[in-house]
Amino acid sequence: MTGNEAQHTFDTSGPVNRLPEFVHAAKDMREMAIGNLVLVGEIPAPTFQEKRRTQEFVHRLIDCGIQDCSVDEVGNGIGIIPGESGEQNILLAANADSIHGIDIDHAISVQPDHLIGCGLSTSLGVGTLATLPMMMDSLGIKLRSNLILLATARSAGRGNLEGIRYFLANNKYPVSYGICLKGSPLGRLSYSSIGMVRADITCRVPSEYDWTRFGASGAVLTMNQIISNISAIPLPRKPVTNIVLGSIDGGSTYDRIARQVVLKFEIRSEDAAMVHSISEQIDDIVAETAAQSGAEITLNVFAHREPGGIQIGHPLVRCCRTIMNALQITPRIMPSTSEHSALIDNKIPAVTLGISTSESISDEQDQLKISPMYKGLAQVLAAVLAVDGGLSA
Amino acid sequence: MKFNRTIRHPPSSDPREAKRVGSSIQEWIDHNTYHHSDFRDIRKLVEAKKESGQTISVCIPTLNEEKTIGKTVVMVKGELMDRHPLVDEIAVIDSGSEDNTREVAAEFGADVYLASDILPDLEPKRGKGENLWKAIYQLKGDIICYIDADIKNIHSRFVYGLVAPLIYRPEVRYVKAFYDRPLVFSEGVRPSGGGRVTEILVRPLFSLFFPELTAVIQPLSGEYAVRRDVLQQVPFPIGYGVETSHLIDVYDKYGLSAFAQTDLDQRVHRNQATTDLGKMAFGILRAFLARLKSLGMVKDLPDLSVILRQFQARDTKYEEIEYEIREEERPPMITIPEYKEKFGL
Repeated sequence: MTGNEAQHTFDTSGPVNRLPEFVHAAKDMREMAIGNLVLVGEIPAPTFQEKRRTQEFVHRLIDCGIQDCSVDEVGNGIGIIPGESGEQNILLAANADSIHGIDIDHAISVQPDHLIGCGLSTSLGVGTLATLPMMMDSLGIKLRSNLILLATARSAGRGNLEGIRYFLANNKYPVSYGICLKGSPLGRLSYSSIGMVRADITCRVPSEYDWTRFGASGAVLTMNQIISNISAIPLPRKPVTNIVLGSIDGGSTYDRIARQVVLKFEIRSEDAAMVHSISEQIDDIVAETAAQSGAEITLNVFAHREPGGIQIGHPLVRCCRTIMNALQITPRIMPSTSEHSALIDNKIPAVTLGISTSESISDEQDQLKISPMYKGLAQVLAAVLAVDGGLSA
Repeated sequence: MKFNRTIRHPPSSDPREAKRVGSSIQEWIDHNTYHHSDFRDIRKLVEAKKESGQTISVCIPTLNEEKTIGKTVVMVKGELMDRHPLVDEIAVIDSGSEDNTREVAAEFGADVYLASDILPDLEPKRGKGENLWKAIYQLKGDIICYIDADIKNIHSRFVYGLVAPLIYRPEVRYVKAFYDRPLVFSEGVRPSGGGRVTEILVRPLFSLFFPELTAVIQPLSGEYAVRRDVLQQVPFPIGYGVETSHLIDVYDKYGLSAFAQTDLDQRVHRNQATTDLGKMAFGILRAFLARLKSLGMVKDLPDLSVILRQFQARDTKYEEIEYEIREEERPPMITIPEYKEKFGL
């Protein structure tokens, strides 16, 4: 577990007392907050192509009068609000990239109580990063700590958290605490990371394939055999473990035998050894099926996370729970595999919070509620202020 | 100050005159064509506006725009009223939407008016031009910026890009939007122009009768910002001809130098069917011919039909469809007594 501050607590009384004022301020800046979300969210930002979005984010910060802003070499958008003492550095981070391609319509529709658009629950994180400085300004809040606003690039999928890892490896401000933001759900409270392996299995039928052999119906049936074998792997209830079969893609049309199929999947577990064990079993399945079918089958593991994090009793988690209780938000404890994991790897105490509520109305479109955002914004600001208040014995 | 019509002659076919027009157009383009990024420093623009003492109103004419009006209001209010105090007033003038356009606009802080409630003693007319005209009475600003409600990629540049030339240059009176910069283009030279109706109707007509106006890259764009003292003096066709007539009337009074145009990059909006463009072209042509006549540039025009005839095929039979398209016109607002009283003229 990360952090050695368990004997301390954050003083949340000041921020909690000001929560009604924060919620009110968030309501007052509804149009500006939605504007930030629209301006950022309407720019397509698939992983590795998120620079336009992070540039827009940085422009928003510059427009707020933040001087120390830049887009770094990997495409992270960064803004730093210097604190009065600058003794510690608080990182607020949200991923800028999304799983949606540039050819998808990213227009956002604004209705009185909700927004509809592509990847909204992702872009709300960065939208919130752009809104908080305005909120702090309107409330006359100045921090003692430096506040680092980071819209990370190369986070999802094959990005494998490259953006935040690059930032943590190269930035000159050692991060004291991290608060990661996700668009939804409001109430999300992640303080630990689960172990994870993310991989592709590619099944390719060579052109000189012997069609008289087992599985001679092409790559689809061979991949089907692999999936059946993966599904047969026994999973323990404790530690909580699962295998997510996320995507399958292959073939070209009705009357041609598929020559290639790709399966994308993740193994997740609270226990690193379990992740490792299942990885090995899947590796065996791949080797065995390749031998039987004569197809070329490759397993490509391109991302992994180590489980870890802080305890539920850590001052940072306690402080977030106190703030949520004061706002009548029910905490939804869930582990994280996103930016949070990189912070844990660097022994930085961190939590992940959600800002609003959303639901997917199609593979591409989210419907995001507006009114929960007020509490979501207030919660983040209060958490930052509590951390900024320092540690009291 | 009123528009006194003088007889204007069609342009000469003399090559020297053509050369003069060409160099005049180029000079205007060089000095009066902007890109919105020229005005990206909004803080500076707000300072300049404050110093000039001018006020700015944004008018959004609507009819059943509930899907897009929310974002339009949010972007203007959030960015240019709350974040930067550039705009003093945002108003929706609605033609009687049957959906929730008015409710959505009001929810996000726009002043919402039903066009028929403005100057209610006048005989009501329906059309976008009617809303634009009534906005002159209803809104308070020294500059009125009109933007359509159906822009999918609405951005604050649609407003600041248009009002900025009016703030920085007192001699500019009318700023028109155009949408040009392509995302990717491999050659150094590329064609630059308007939509289909512009290129096959309006620009050829301007080339024949008002060659300097051909320099306005997108004469039919629905986004423009104008000084009140100009708006109040021009008559308003309430249909398709309003933009074309404005250009002719302002050009006739002030010349090309009164105009500027700003490239707002991409504008994503609903694409119109060719038959709808036919109706638009019909309305524009009627308004255009009426202007030629009032300027004395043509003499004996017959009574023009108000019926546009289009055809559709049903199996092997062809059917005629008739559309009645009237280009009614409101007089200059300054001739309306209620307006004069309200603004102390």
